[in-house]
Amino acid sequence: MCGIVGLFLKTPDLEPRLGALLAGMLGTMSDRGPDSAGFAVYGDRIEGLKLTLRGPDRTVLAEAVAGLGRALGLDLDATLRDTHAVVVLPAPREAEGRDWIADRAPGIDVVGAGRRMEIYKEVGRPAAVAERFALPEMRGSHGIGHTRMATESAVTTGGAHPFSTGPDECLVHNGSLSNHNDLRRRLRREGLAFATENDSEVAAGYLTWRMREGASLRQALEASLSDLDGFFTFVVGTRDGFAVLRDPIACKPAVMAETDAYVAFGSEYRALAGLPGIGGARVFEPEPATVYAWERT
Amino acid sequence: MPRFDLRQEGLRALNRSLHALAPDTNATHWTVTGPDGAHAVAAGLDLPISVEIEGHVGYYCAGMNKRAQVVIHGSAGTGVAENMMSGLVHVRGDAGQSAGATAHGGLLIVDGNAGARCGISMKGVDIVVKGSVGHMSAFMAQAGTLTVLGDAGEALGDSLYEARLYVRGAVRSLGADCVEKPMRAEHLAELAGKLAAAGLAGAVEAREFRRYGSARRLYHFHVDNAGAY
Repeated sequence: MCGIVGLFLKTPDLEPRLGALLAGMLGTMSDRGPDSAGFAVYGDRIEGLKLTLRGPDRTVLAEAVAGLGRALGLDLDATLRDTHAVVVLPAPREAEGRDWIADRAPGIDVVGAGRRMEIYKEVGRPAAVAERFALPEMRGSHGIGHTRMATESAVTTGGAHPFSTGPDECLVHNGSLSNHNDLRRRLRREGLAFATENDSEVAAGYLTWRMREGASLRQALEASLSDLDGFFTFVVGTRDGFAVLRDPIACKPAVMAETDAYVAFGSEYRALAGLPGIGGARVFEPEPATVYAWERT
Repeated sequence: MPRFDLRQEGLRALNRSLHALAPDTNATHWTVTGPDGAHAVAAGLDLPISVEIEGHVGYYCAGMNKRAQVVIHGSAGTGVAENMMSGLVHVRGDAGQSAGATAHGGLLIVDGNAGARCGISMKGVDIVVKGSVGHMSAFMAQAGTLTVLGDAGEALGDSLYEARLYVRGAVRSLGADCVEKPMRAEHLAELAGKLAAAGLAGAVEAREFRRYGSARRLYHFHVDNAGAY
């Protein structure tokens, strides 16, 4: 089943409340996915690069961050939240940092990177996961989230959304893709790296590849309609953009609400019911095979 | 007249209260506030009462409705008025997918748009959508009427039996065995009656619509049609 949510603020007014609003949306979608949850938040833009690391616990993470700092000869700015840490690196040192983590920090995964995006995902009830990472205190311009009901594979964090395959790019997916193995092979030839055998990660990788080749988020999603085979509702975030796409037969549920202040997405309207000003919002079901995209300039 | 706040009292308490009403009840007009997208609001009613819901509802609102009049002052999720037997369900906003699915009777009015599969397997209900309907609407429809003031999406009336489909706007494509048919006097009269029932008398003319129905080529199995299944 699974639930997905997204919130994109059009103006800065609600930015201090983004995390609290997203946490409420995730909590409501527990009924659709009580096993694990994940979310991405686009906070203030920084000069360096934020790497979101996931580890077994705080101690191991803290040691890894300290080791990384020593290896790079840098006094690293890091925020530890439960099993995740956000480390700020100078952008040119990213590859070096990733190599060190891969070689020297077993059990630590890099789950996302970007100038604004941070990603958190963990096993547990969505409301509890949001609390563990202090989501209600986070501020930002947009965010997306996923609640998982495991039906075919184990309840692990590896398969948890959002998936990020490019800087400041992430995706949550409700549905299943049937041509992901073939597409993964093709994308690997294009130089993309995949951390899992998950179909949704391939969808994220596909969009990263299209945008790397010059497509806008809207164009990348339009192209995906021809190249992805399966059922999907996607909610996608980029550094300044936000988009929604459903497959041509609209297999998975979706509802959206738009006001002057925000655009919100939920698998069900219940997820949106707590948003400010929802009574005056335009509430609609996004049409199949139609890209809905917004960008902050 | 009773007012019921779903945020305070909860969904089960509402449906239990509505189901427990005696046939001679004086509580014939209910107002429900704070639905917040809850599922199965006012489902399974079986009395000529009126229920007004102030806000958006989730799935299966007014499902299995019999005799009651349910007005949703907002949008409805999947399966509004599914399997309705009689009465009236009126959505003032948009309806999600499968509105009026399998419904046997009564009238479903949607002021906005209805999503995909509107009237799927309908069995006698009258559905009037003032906006447009999504793809595969009236799929396998067996009886009743679907009236659409706007447009219809892909594969309208796929594999339908005897339902009558009236569309004023464009039809993106017709489904298997669905064809356009002439509007005869009896159809104009029938449609005028449905429009009047939906409060559209004088606002919309029956002659603005085109009629679609079953070509009856797939109606019974015929070996020559095997390739079409």
